[in-house]
Amino acid sequence: MSANAPDSAPTAHHWPLWEVFVRSNRGLSHVHAGSLHAPDSAMALRNARDLYTRRNEGVSIWVVPAAAITASDPDAKDSFFESPQGKDYRHATYYTKSEGVKHL
Amino acid sequence: MAARAGAAKPGEDVAQYALRLGDDALILAQRLGHWISRAPELEEDVALGNIALDQLGHARSFLTYAGGAWGKSEDDLAYFRREPQFRSAHLFEQPNGDFAATIARQFAAASYQFPLYRELAHSSDPMLAAIAAKAVKEVDYHLDHSTQWVLRLAGGTAESRRRMIAGLDLMWPFTGELFQDDELNHRLGAAGVLPSSLQGEFDRSTAEVFEAAELAVPASAMATGGGRHGRHSEYLGYLLAEMQVLAREYPTASW
Repeated sequence: MSANAPDSAPTAHHWPLWEVFVRSNRGLSHVHAGSLHAPDSAMALRNARDLYTRRNEGVSIWVVPAAAITASDPDAKDSFFESPQGKDYRHATYYTKSEGVKHL
Repeated sequence: MAARAGAAKPGEDVAQYALRLGDDALILAQRLGHWISRAPELEEDVALGNIALDQLGHARSFLTYAGGAWGKSEDDLAYFRREPQFRSAHLFEQPNGDFAATIARQFAAASYQFPLYRELAHSSDPMLAAIAAKAVKEVDYHLDHSTQWVLRLAGGTAESRRRMIAGLDLMWPFTGELFQDDELNHRLGAAGVLPSSLQGEFDRSTAEVFEAAELAVPASAMATGGGRHGRHSEYLGYLLAEMQVLAREYPTASW
């Protein structure tokens, strides 16, 4: 059996969930493509190839056990994610650049 | 890749050979297609469906090419031939059984097709070489898929191991036929691949997997065969009836 066992091992009635990220031929980063169930990482990779690269040519696939992903709480929007607009105090907007200093 | 209509017309021997390869793939595709909506897991539904589509693609290429010798289209050959005219080997028409039996059949089929297409890519016939060059990459994946499942089923629970062993015992007697040479193979020479030349590699590669899976190589006498000359098992009739009924009912229909 594969040595890459996820946190939750497959049981008699349940295959763990995996999240799939695919980098396309022309892409620079892996993009989340979807999820699937598989008994272990080797099969997850093969299932991802079958499910998510059917129509577009991908060059790289990552599969991650869904249990390993920690996501931000969608309800915590306000305090976690606030627009930086109107927060001049966070940026060095009043700094004057010294003349003659290159590449600053 | 479908053979283009303007492709060179094959000689009778090459056409008969292409018919054998095409029929193998066509019958296997038909068997695998039955798993769609019935596979144990959604992911396997797609995996087996994909394998079936790949096989169907190979069948289309081979049958279109073969048909050129007789002025027949791939559809003429697929839908309007009867059992004795099919040239597929018995392995491919064996029933799906349970998932393990299907995997056993798939493992045998892919272990045969992979070296076959790899060698056929060097065929002196350019069309056969081209089809094989495209097909070998897909069959490489089919072999990997079935190998992974043989390992997991054999190494899983007592139940899965029992079924894997049963599936292999069921299918292995039909592998012998794949490596039998006849007059046609000898006449083809460099245009085809001599079936017996593939036996060594087949035995070695499958033995490796069996060892990793801690399975004994299925030791069973070879089944009678005869598929290459139109003598098939009782299953082909039912399979063809289902595959051909729509085309035969409405021969002039188009999608």
